[in-house]
Amino acid sequence: MPGLSGGSMSLLSAQNLSVRFNGVDVLSGISMAIEPGEIVTILGPNGSGKSTLLRALLGILPLASGSVARAPGLRLGYVPQKLSVDRSMPMTVRRFLSLPKRVSDADATAALARVGLPDLETRQMAALSGGQFQRVLLARALLSAPQLLILDEPTQGLDQPGEAAFYRLIEEVRRETGAAVLMVSHDLHVVMAASDRVICLNGHICCEGTPRVVSNAPEYRALFGLGTQGALALYQHQHDHSHDHDHGHGHDHTHPHSHDGGGHSHA
Amino acid sequence: MAMITPIRTATTGAGTAMLDDFLIRAAFAGVGLALATGPLGSFVIWRRMAYFGDATSHAAILGVALALALHLPIAAGTLIVALAMAATVSTLAAKGWAMDTTLGVLAHAALAFGLVAISYVPGVRSDLSAYLFGDILAVSRLDLAFIWGGAGLVLVLLVWRWQALLTATLNEDLAFASGLNPNRERLVLTLALALVVAVALKIVGALLIAAMLIIPAAAARGLARTPEAMAGYATVFGALACLAGLRLSLWQDTPAGPSIVTAAAVIFALAAVFGRVARR
Repeated sequence: MPGLSGGSMSLLSAQNLSVRFNGVDVLSGISMAIEPGEIVTILGPNGSGKSTLLRALLGILPLASGSVARAPGLRLGYVPQKLSVDRSMPMTVRRFLSLPKRVSDADATAALARVGLPDLETRQMAALSGGQFQRVLLARALLSAPQLLILDEPTQGLDQPGEAAFYRLIEEVRRETGAAVLMVSHDLHVVMAASDRVICLNGHICCEGTPRVVSNAPEYRALFGLGTQGALALYQHQHDHSHDHDHGHGHDHTHPHSHDGGGHSHA
Repeated sequence: MAMITPIRTATTGAGTAMLDDFLIRAAFAGVGLALATGPLGSFVIWRRMAYFGDATSHAAILGVALALALHLPIAAGTLIVALAMAATVSTLAAKGWAMDTTLGVLAHAALAFGLVAISYVPGVRSDLSAYLFGDILAVSRLDLAFIWGGAGLVLVLLVWRWQALLTATLNEDLAFASGLNPNRERLVLTLALALVVAVALKIVGALLIAAMLIIPAAAARGLARTPEAMAGYATVFGALACLAGLRLSLWQDTPAGPSIVTAAAVIFALAAVFGRVARR
């Protein structure tokens, strides 16, 4: 059903997906879908199969069973977990943005400005800080004008303010471009705030829903403990009215949040 | 280039007559090889395939033995065995074998098996050093055609797949997500490496093919800001090393391969010093 008219077609969906390594099910019975414009976070402890799920959805890993469907002609932007531009390869930021598809200087400049890194074109990738590097990866992903951004633990190695700033950037990008976002994370704090929907994973989908629903679910508490509840309460306020952003109607949504220190406060 | 100028004026008529001179042929052979080793050597460095290059090039000796025993052209024998070795290594790598150990075993085993096998072929012992160390001064017209054909093929292959190869080298998942197949790109490099081994055997010899891949590209690293610049510098350095090594070989009657690699190493040292000074 290539339903362009109804707009009911999911960008990316999995039906009963399983992935097996050496005869052991790493993921089983995963069914999920990403709708246009939503931010979905896959949350789970280490070894719960988060990255495996992303890689299966991207078609990198073979499926043991089930299927993955993409909307026809889906434009996808991917930000990998880590990318080692080691010192043996000279690579300027500008050159990197042209991989694998060459882009114009104007587009490259605009993408860098969008992620808050103007005038960085001539810098070597290996000389960037962790935060700059992640933003350049994001800029590269944005250059394909993606309908769906997929990010695998994009804030690994960033400190908490850097992490918060990065998720804020993701939200801005979604608001401006209307791109859906699928991210993987193992940290609950800032991620929850930036998500419309959370999928809690531990080999299978334990629970899913809005951050508030998930954080109250017994499955979630079993996985992450109760100690996180206090931190989560901080975010729920914002989430009560974050869904207006989805379709980018152009009204002003300047939320004066402060993400510093991992918390939100509304003025 | 200064040394070949008088020769060019000595030979009347351009074109094919020029190739009658063994020095001109040798110079063309070296430049042809550098066209392939510059870009490919850069990938060898970026992907940390140095030992891979050793294993593949040492297998060439086994290829020589095979060719002599079966009365095949030398180039065909080396190409087949180099391809087989490269494929073996790629397969083992994909299966998660510890690569430095595996390659250490395969590289030296290939050389040892090759040397033992070649001793069974009558009347080759005297020629053995030509296969081990190269014999750039003895390049024939046919050799030259093969060298330029092979190097040209490698160059075309690399230029054609350039963007995909770079992406897959940076991150295989990124390549996959962009609709590329990293396994295919790895195959392209494997094929290119086997071709370069077959091409380079006559010029630098089996022992030092990997050095010819790595040293000019390593010299280029410090001076380049983009992958393309590094491949370009590596090509120029490789050609310079071949010409200087050729001159040394002729002048001092030294073996071709070691002479060329010696020149490359000097270029590397100069580039390292220059790079350090320039960065200050």
